[in-house]
Amino acid sequence: MNSTPKGPVNPDMAADLIRQSARVLAEAIKSGEVSAREVTQAHLDRIGAVDERVHAFLHVDTDAALAHADRVDVKRAAGEQLGDLAGVPLALKDILAMKGVPTTCGSKILQGWLPPYDSTIVERLRAADIIILGKTNMDEFAMGSSTEYSAYGPSHNPWDLNRIPGGSGGGSAAAVAAFEAPLAIGTDTGGSIRQPAALTGTVGVKPTYGSVSRYGLVALASSLDQAGPCARTVLDAAYLHSVIAGHDPHDSTSINAAVPDVVAAAMKADVRGLRIGLVKQLSGAGYQPGVLQRFNEAVDVLAQLGAEIVEVDCPHFDEAMSAYYLILPSECSSNLARFDGMRYGLRVQDGGDAGVETVMADTREMGFGPEVKRRIMLGTYALSSGYYDAYYGQAQKIRTLIIEDFTRAFGQVDVLVSPTTPTTAFPLGEKVDDPLAMYLNDIATIPVNLAGNCALSLPIGLSPADGLPVGLQVMAPTMADDRLYLVGAALESALFDRWGHLLIEEAPAL
Amino acid sequence: MSSAQNHVTTTVSFDEALTRYDPVIGLEVHVELGTASKMFCACSTEFGAPPNTQVCPVCLALPGAMPVINAKAVESIIRMGLALHCSIATWCRMARKNYFYPDMPKNFQISQYDEPICTDGWLDVLVPNEDGSTELVRVEIERVHLEEDTGKLTHAGGATGRIHGADYSLVDYNRAGIPLVEIVTKPITGTAALAPAVAKAYVAELRDIMRDLGVSDVKMEEGSLRCDANLSLNIPGDAWGTRTETKNVNSLRSVERAVRSEIERQAAVLDKGGVIRQETRHFHEDTGVTTPGRSKEEAEDYRYFPEPDLVPIAPDPAWVEKLRASIPQQPSLRRAGLATAWGISAFDMESLVNAGVLALVEAAVADGVAPDTARKWWAGELLRQANDRGVPPQELAVTGADILRVDELIATGALNDQLARQVFDGVLLGEGSVDDVVAARGLGVVTDETELLAAIDQALADQPEVAEKIRAGKIAAAGAIVGGVMKATGGRADASRVRELILSRCEVSG
Repeated sequence: MNSTPKGPVNPDMAADLIRQSARVLAEAIKSGEVSAREVTQAHLDRIGAVDERVHAFLHVDTDAALAHADRVDVKRAAGEQLGDLAGVPLALKDILAMKGVPTTCGSKILQGWLPPYDSTIVERLRAADIIILGKTNMDEFAMGSSTEYSAYGPSHNPWDLNRIPGGSGGGSAAAVAAFEAPLAIGTDTGGSIRQPAALTGTVGVKPTYGSVSRYGLVALASSLDQAGPCARTVLDAAYLHSVIAGHDPHDSTSINAAVPDVVAAAMKADVRGLRIGLVKQLSGAGYQPGVLQRFNEAVDVLAQLGAEIVEVDCPHFDEAMSAYYLILPSECSSNLARFDGMRYGLRVQDGGDAGVETVMADTREMGFGPEVKRRIMLGTYALSSGYYDAYYGQAQKIRTLIIEDFTRAFGQVDVLVSPTTPTTAFPLGEKVDDPLAMYLNDIATIPVNLAGNCALSLPIGLSPADGLPVGLQVMAPTMADDRLYLVGAALESALFDRWGHLLIEEAPAL
Repeated sequence: MSSAQNHVTTTVSFDEALTRYDPVIGLEVHVELGTASKMFCACSTEFGAPPNTQVCPVCLALPGAMPVINAKAVESIIRMGLALHCSIATWCRMARKNYFYPDMPKNFQISQYDEPICTDGWLDVLVPNEDGSTELVRVEIERVHLEEDTGKLTHAGGATGRIHGADYSLVDYNRAGIPLVEIVTKPITGTAALAPAVAKAYVAELRDIMRDLGVSDVKMEEGSLRCDANLSLNIPGDAWGTRTETKNVNSLRSVERAVRSEIERQAAVLDKGGVIRQETRHFHEDTGVTTPGRSKEEAEDYRYFPEPDLVPIAPDPAWVEKLRASIPQQPSLRRAGLATAWGISAFDMESLVNAGVLALVEAAVADGVAPDTARKWWAGELLRQANDRGVPPQELAVTGADILRVDELIATGALNDQLARQVFDGVLLGEGSVDDVVAARGLGVVTDETELLAAIDQALADQPEVAEKIRAGKIAAAGAIVGGVMKATGGRADASRVRELILSRCEVSG
């Protein structure tokens, strides 16, 4: 069907480099129409102009970004082969270790820490000559759905600066939505890529667990965390996905198998004959009518494109939230134990008479924010002797049942779809003191993390209630990530044809 | 903490204690594996490097770093389990043991909890009785599991050398992450007065097995084999008593002494109507007594859960069987068999083992050398040569064929023991074969009696008063003349023939 990459959004490229898609920029750099330095500088300028209001970035690595851009230009001039995304700028979530560049995870406890090593993702981005502009804001240690738990202040939704951009990867999504970067890397433990994508009108993908290396990704919950691409188009996401995915011997849970050809799938963009399942449990009560309206319309579009729509039952999805909030805190209470002031980051009471236990306790007391403490306490309790079976043990059983739900569902259909989030972006401050309300944001995204398969969120329109973006989530089986792109690109293309532009073009000027 | 205050003066002798109480012992042995790299990273395990030079993001627990299991360590522990007649799990997981301590970079130790890789084994150990006989005692093994070592703390200042009261503490993470195997026995009962000897013999046997398997250098003085001894006493027929766990037992002799001393101490407490506290105690090499450490009344909750950063260990049964086929016979039993075959005592066998020449003797015997001859040379002259050269005996370039040839030459009277030493010296210096050295150095025994008689006459003339004594019938005096002849011939004479010739020359009969 539609194999043409979207864009350029603005035909006058030199006038508005920042509004181009990553693929268009890469081709322009490759052809010499524009230099990597010009592209990078344009995005740095944009950051300079708007990030005071958006606060997508915690750290901008101007000099290194420009230096890398220059190296790409030198390579091009020398006639060297350039990668598919060479010279394209990217925003990196501040949870990925990058040598010599501050990596805080949105926490005070890591303030000032300079990693002495690169995460595998950063290695791959560098090798692909993607220009890393800087590190993006996030909820502290990726715990949150709004970036309001960042120790460095929240990010703002470019659609309405008084609203949250989602979380935990709100900074990455906001950077892409605000045209500060065409690409970003997020991490998704319970929806932290997909929920911000939905709330900012951008595309976000949680790849299959184990398909993108976690080495150098500061762990929140090891069995759930997965990094993935953020972009403004499905095709751009596919290109970035293919750069970061693949086996890594440094990550024991990394899958040693070929990555599905996601770029080809995004190019193909065809749902004819595909069976698409609507998950009964992921709609209805708790979902805003405006969200459901746009979702139902999008499903109609998929049907018009030739897909067969089937309703499927995943009964244990109703328990996913409970299981998630036992497994995640349990793993996180252990993963975050290393932040004790002994080897890196914040150290309170240093050099005085305080003993080691006091230094550790006070460092953690001062260094961690309320949500982190809440989850460490929950997890410590859930793993305690005498409670383990009732909490962690039961949660793992639910996890198995959810995997079985998916297996059964994918026996009937090729992909599943649902609204990505129950609501559109909410105002800053609305849920920050109501953890349960905050947790409910991830009700539709969590099952995929528990089961380890993959999902993509793409924008499907603005809610008639508030004019804010709504996202649709496509879910596919483990290592069938290509189906996400097949469906996502087809839907994106049909909506593009309907609107004559990408939804993000409707975002107010900043 | 004052050890004097808590130290109960022994008023009950060991023998007396055993008239009233039955000891139950349990031994936990930690063996550092001799793998080239650490358990979860590529860092070297070499002992003695400057502090914190064998570290990386993984073993320093830098944010984002992840473990990958060392396949060699898994192979080593399976071989150990097989040598201890254990069942080998077909599927098991590592677990996190959570507790805060600054020698542990992650503040959890990756260990095994309810899924140890090796379970339910046994080991027969030969325990020496007081009368010199030996007794075969079966020690049942509960589990053998894999874990990682911690770093090493050095506490500066303060009186105790412990963390409390120290001015400051230094951490060396070189040891952090070195693969460690823990071998836990089931309670060993019914050993009565033999308990200390059983404990020692068991640890010694384990050490020999590990050395034989080549999985560890098992040097107690470098801490690559460490033992904790659990002990309780009960009145015969009563339920088992409360146990203490004695740590810091760093030599075979200490194992025996620690068990003995703890039996005496507990008996003294019980005799006075006291109560044994469940606690950790420290053994002091200098005084031979144990003093209390941390009380275990408040049991620590380690919040074990399966390590989510590592995939399960699922050894292929066919591979395990292949490993099983390569397990050598248990050292003590094999030695007992050899001792019988060679017709030597357990004591003689032990001296071969202690001299480190058993394997060499075995090899020589395999080459056709008579066991007595092989023992004579390897435990005597060749061991001395090795010591003189400062090399381990197995590095001497002497073959079974060399020993055979020397033995033949001695049997035919062409060499004597003294000359043979010179022959071996020549062989070791690379002067060629045994025959080459004999020829080149002119080391053949003088068989020309004319030459011998001339030497005898000269010696008699040199020592007329001795000659007189001999002629007067004092045959014992001939020794001095033999010595003179040997000196004159450079040791190349057959001493007994020389003696005969002297006596006939002096016209006395031997």
